[in-house]
Amino acid sequence: MTESGQYNFAYLDEQTKRMIRRALLKALAVPGYQVPFASREMPMPYGWGTGGVQVSAACLTPDDTFKVIDQGADDTTNAVSIRKFFQHTAGVNVTEHTAEATVIQTRHRIPEQALGEDQILVYQVPIPEPLRYLEPRETETRKMHALQEYGLMHVKLYEDIARHGSIATSYAYPVKVEERYVMDPSPIPKFDNPKLEMAGIQLFGAGREQRIYAVPPYTRVVSLDFEDYPFEASKADHPCGLCGAEDTYLDEVIMDDEGGRMFVCSDTDYCASRRAAGHVGAMGVPVGEDAA
Amino acid sequence: MTPLLKVQNITKTYGARIGCADVSFDLYPGEVMGIVGESGSGKSTLLNCMAGHLTPDSGEVLFDTRTEGLKDTVKMNEPERRMLSRTDWAFVHQNPRDGLRMGVSAGGNVGERLMAVGARHYGNIRESALDWLGRVEIAGDRIDDRPSAFSGGMQQRLQIARNLVTGPRLVFMDEPTGGLDVSVQARLLDLLRGLVRQMGLSAIIVTHDLAVVRLLADRLMVMKSGHVVETGLTDQVLDDPQHAYTQLLVSSVLQV
Ligand SMILES: Nc1ncnc2c1ncn2[C@@H]1O[C@H](COP(=O)(O)OP(=O)(O)OP(=O)(O)O)[C@@H](O)[C@H]1O
Ligand SMILES: [Mg+2]
Repeated sequence: MTESGQYNFAYLDEQTKRMIRRALLKALAVPGYQVPFASREMPMPYGWGTGGVQVSAACLTPDDTFKVIDQGADDTTNAVSIRKFFQHTAGVNVTEHTAEATVIQTRHRIPEQALGEDQILVYQVPIPEPLRYLEPRETETRKMHALQEYGLMHVKLYEDIARHGSIATSYAYPVKVEERYVMDPSPIPKFDNPKLEMAGIQLFGAGREQRIYAVPPYTRVVSLDFEDYPFEASKADHPCGLCGAEDTYLDEVIMDDEGGRMFVCSDTDYCASRRAAGHVGAMGVPVGEDAA
Repeated sequence: MTPLLKVQNITKTYGARIGCADVSFDLYPGEVMGIVGESGSGKSTLLNCMAGHLTPDSGEVLFDTRTEGLKDTVKMNEPERRMLSRTDWAFVHQNPRDGLRMGVSAGGNVGERLMAVGARHYGNIRESALDWLGRVEIAGDRIDDRPSAFSGGMQQRLQIARNLVTGPRLVFMDEPTGGLDVSVQARLLDLLRGLVRQMGLSAIIVTHDLAVVRLLADRLMVMKSGHVVETGLTDQVLDDPQHAYTQLLVSSVLQV
């Protein structure tokens, strides 16, 4: 049951949603540029996706179908509570199936299944500023973006190689959007970076930092690298233990206290739909038998 | 010959207090200009006005740009001036902490300017960094250490390497040997002199240490209370000072 009597649709008032939509439109018009917005207090702590929740609230319509993933999974506490939040406050349909969703809020992953033109992917962003690591002054980083002074990003990658022998950055791997702005794609694994060039709309919301940015459909997104250390979208070198997929991002799962472990798709919906279609991994059980 | 830098009537005040007043001079390619004077005489103010860190109240700082010849860097737009500061200009701070990235390795510090102008080959960047560490007498096996693990003298040499790696046409230095032990100072001076000679550097060096200018500067400007009171060839000014203040400055050093 919705509680629309008590809350405005999708919790935020219409004024606030309009303000956020203006920021979103500006962000889409200037791909990769961080647009400041007046982030509101949400009934959840910072670090729980308040930026993403505000962006979702500004995007949702009563006809939408909403999906939330956290590290690829629909069933973590964070994903469940955000999904419930919009069920209560907006009364929208929710789903765990990527293909059925019109708005997907995510933390740390891009779904394996390619998104289409009628889908919106909303990212929860903890730290929007890719230059922060080496330049803590906001006045200076804004200037660096304005003047495209991005040498520092490569200093970071240089340090990685000098220390680890290769580019060890594996999450929040910096990208250049449409040959203009350097952007932090939020802490997705670098395996997901190539998927940032997609048909869907990608919106990024940082609540505590009060920034919104976006990547419009079919925008060029290039991962930064060196000529002699090219970018690699690496993943664990295993097939999924449950569905046998060889091209998905995997989580390592500890099985027992004797070192037993298995690798499984981090995208739970993708894995489940493969199993439903009859794919079985080395440690999986064919569909139907496990329920017996 | 066109001067590399043409400073005209630079004045900078802080409220009612004078920073520097009505300073003019030309610097020609390959020349090293020393600016001396007691504490508070306006040396740093003048240097920062020339290097674009401070905006003078009035006056012009004309730099011989590669594409447009002499151009006023005070009126130049910010992107263009920032581009100059990471290509044709270099700035060596008195405190190496102001001129280094303390959280980045020595190699990364030297490589930053290269990457800032588009270097994208790790192997080549590292090779240049190694070469420059060698030139400032820092052992190659320290390349991955952070400056915080270096002595003050090493930090200063690293700052110099980081500034010179892109072959700047003009180097600004504010008390490059200040805050160092005397023996360390001597070694740094020696090194600087070598680099100035080898690279034919054009530089402006601010110091209150007359030994520094004696060793490095072709010409000298003496400042007092924001004004230039005497200028000339270094040896000439130091050996035969005309202005009473310069005489005092020179004799006070001799007494030490
Ligand atoms: N930010 C500031 N605000 C106000 N007054 C300043 C400021 N910076 C410098 N001054 C004043 O301007 C004058 C010149 O200072 P400046 O720092 O240029 O001297 P200096 O010759 O570099 O001295 P030092 O040898 O001690 O470094 C001094 O009277 C100083 O007090
Ligand atoms: Mg000074």
